[in-house]
Amino acid sequence: MVALTINGKTHDVTVDPGTPLLWVLRDTIGLTGTKYGCGIAQCGACTVHIDGVATRSCQVTLESAANAKITTIEGLAENGVLTKVQQAWLDNDVPQCGYCQSGMVMAATALLKSTPKPTDQDIDAAMTNICRCGTYQQVRAAIHAAAAKA
Amino acid sequence: MTLNATPVATLNRRTLLVAAAAAGGGFSLGFGLPGSGPARANQVREINAWVVIHPDDKVVIRVARSEMGQGTLTGLAQLVAEELECDWTKISTEYPTPGQNVARNRVWRNFSTGGSRGIRESHEYVRQGGAAARMMLIQAAAADWKVPASECAAANSVITHKPSGRTVTFGKVAAAAATLEPPKDIPLKDPKDWKIAGKAVKRLDTLDKLTGKQLYGSDLRLPNMLTATVKACPVPGGKLKSFDAAKVEKMPGVKRVMALDGIAVAVVADTYWSAHSALAALPVEWDAGPNASVSSATIAAMLKEGLDADQAFVGNKTGDAKGAIASAAKKVEAVYSYPFQNHATMEPMNATALYMADKCEVWCPTQNGEAALAAAAEAAELPVAKCDVHKMLLGGGFGRRGRSDYVRQAVLIAKQMPGTPVKLIWSREEDMAQCQFHPITQCKLVGALDAKGDLVGLHMRISGQSILASLLPQNLQNGMDPVTFQGLNPGGAEGMFGYNIPNLLIDHAMRNPHIVAGFWRGVNLNHNAIYVECFMDELAHAAGQDPLEFRRKLLKPKHLAVLNAAAEKAGYGKAPPGRFHGLAQIMGFGSYVAACAEVSVSDAGVLKIHRIAAATDCGVAVNPAQIERQVAGSFVYGLSAALYGECTVKDGAIEQTNFDSYNVLRMDEMPHVETVLMPSGGFWGGVGEPTIGVAAPAVLNAIFAATGKRVRSLPLMNANLKRGA
Repeated sequence: MVALTINGKTHDVTVDPGTPLLWVLRDTIGLTGTKYGCGIAQCGACTVHIDGVATRSCQVTLESAANAKITTIEGLAENGVLTKVQQAWLDNDVPQCGYCQSGMVMAATALLKSTPKPTDQDIDAAMTNICRCGTYQQVRAAIHAAAAKA
Repeated sequence: MTLNATPVATLNRRTLLVAAAAAGGGFSLGFGLPGSGPARANQVREINAWVVIHPDDKVVIRVARSEMGQGTLTGLAQLVAEELECDWTKISTEYPTPGQNVARNRVWRNFSTGGSRGIRESHEYVRQGGAAARMMLIQAAAADWKVPASECAAANSVITHKPSGRTVTFGKVAAAAATLEPPKDIPLKDPKDWKIAGKAVKRLDTLDKLTGKQLYGSDLRLPNMLTATVKACPVPGGKLKSFDAAKVEKMPGVKRVMALDGIAVAVVADTYWSAHSALAALPVEWDAGPNASVSSATIAAMLKEGLDADQAFVGNKTGDAKGAIASAAKKVEAVYSYPFQNHATMEPMNATALYMADKCEVWCPTQNGEAALAAAAEAAELPVAKCDVHKMLLGGGFGRRGRSDYVRQAVLIAKQMPGTPVKLIWSREEDMAQCQFHPITQCKLVGALDAKGDLVGLHMRISGQSILASLLPQNLQNGMDPVTFQGLNPGGAEGMFGYNIPNLLIDHAMRNPHIVAGFWRGVNLNHNAIYVECFMDELAHAAGQDPLEFRRKLLKPKHLAVLNAAAEKAGYGKAPPGRFHGLAQIMGFGSYVAACAEVSVSDAGVLKIHRIAAATDCGVAVNPAQIERQVAGSFVYGLSAALYGECTVKDGAIEQTNFDSYNVLRMDEMPHVETVLMPSGGFWGGVGEPTIGVAAPAVLNAIFAATGKRVRSLPLMNANLKRGA
């Protein structure tokens, strides 16, 4: 059994400790906001925060996530109040299909935490998530908007 | 409450759980009696198929087309709301199910969502739905007040009797209105009078996508549900020879291992990871069949033969192109090629099925709900009336989810486990292998210039794959695939060739490899636009003329207007030092589009696409903000294809397996896109796809301007742009 701390709550998980955190979150815990896109850390749809660091959860095993503080997309807004990143995404009407946007929001949240006023180059370096609808231009605008509000 | 009609923008975990509970502990959600959707329930009033009004004035607008990010849900709702004269802040949307559409004699008409058709093919009848509902609401109010309906008007969900100033809200008269005969003569507003449509209103479906609440098909969780994953023979036309289930049946969570249709094997388990791990460990033998030795090289040779073949289907012909070429002062010739490409939707294919002895339900992301229903019924071997499909939000579609192969698989699996809902999820690797690919083609173009450098003849020979032959052979016309000529047609509203050339021949030698071709966002316009627009650039340079000036002499007015607008926006001819411009235009999916790309190429051959100015004339613009996003997104899709998109074939199978071998454009490569929206009125064009056509040729022409290198074979990653190379 592995104890996971997710969005401030502790969960005792009994599946194979080698299971990727992504699938523990989705199938065992039921937090499906974290998405499966590739399974090889290419697309970023599964991005969560592990001890505050944006991490691709498809490459993290359950056992290695024990004792860490995990935040998923469901854990960002508190009492229904959106974070400034989520609000900027809403204001800029960023998502199209939206499937990659959990990962985008998690990556952008971590970026703004470490780099509150990112340049376009900072954004290019940090935001390597794939979006097939092509929301990159709106993602960039929303990150700048969120940074401006800080 | 049932899930009979799915509230699109609000379907989240909570509503599903509530729905499951309300269904009496079972999970047979939404098996309503045919024709008795939720809107027939007592507390709400269906005014007509498109409009439901609650007593508290909440308005539910029904949308038949599938939302996959393109914004059709919001755009179609705007059109209904505009004519309904309702309060936009009080609306929500829901999908009728394909089963309800069957039961109600296709009252919602076509569910199919592809070809940028959502708005351009249903704008009239959805607006009539809104207008008819408004007329019935006014008539009900007027009857209550005992005044002529002509003295009443509706605005913002309030009906006013103009002479007396009396008012009533829609919710108060909805019950009475619902009993009235629908009007026969339904006049529609002139778009210039629009207040909701035509405006850049925000999408209706954003919030839940930012909090993790939005449920996609692959997120569905039903009581006692199992999860399956599948692997089909990697070589199309091959078969499943054998598999050793005993080797994996004892693995954790594994419930069943089964063959599907003799061509695929599925593992059903408690979770996706259990199923995935067991499938990876499962010994499987394939019979690759007759295509086992096909490679990219053999396919290329097959297409090359077609470039000069005698037999070809003629798509556009004027004058005597071959004669003009034979007597040309200058002859210009080039051969281009375009590869197979995968749609690579972010959400891999998936479907959830629940089979009972006498009925079958499916939950899935689909671009074609009616086709998904037909596929489900066929796989279940049940009448269509005993089946239904609940459409889930799509994590990308791009044409791939117009097919129902994954729906069939889910039902075949569920059929072997009656009473247990089974969610089938493809791995990314399966998605890469079993796509229905962008068709592969080559094109030989021969142009004739006269002594003045004017273009007097053009022969364009396309050789390659037909999508219709692959997917819908019944739609071929005497063997010819008319869709092949997208953007090259002599006329019509769909995709008219833009150039006036006195001697023109555009023909197609159909050559169909075994790799299945499918509709891929932009479809045949993608390669046709590259062939035409890059070759026009070649002709201009051969004639010693500026590519814009050369085109100006030949283009039809609407084609020219968007090209001029893109050129002007980009500052064509005035690129900053070290940067170069390239142009392209095309008409497709009913719209005229053009682009001017600004690029630089370093001495080492590193390409940077700095900015793109893009012009769109879609006739009528329903939501300018969403059109801008579709245009910008089209460059991401089109440039991903141009830079990286290539699926190669070895031993009959596709070689690429995931995003590491099938790369796509990311943030750092995204040019700044500036959109010029110039709707000229009088027609309704689509916007989800046409712009993809101009993305690659504008960049390829700019690369030529920068380097003198003419890249004629895609993707660009295979080209060497290094100076001197």
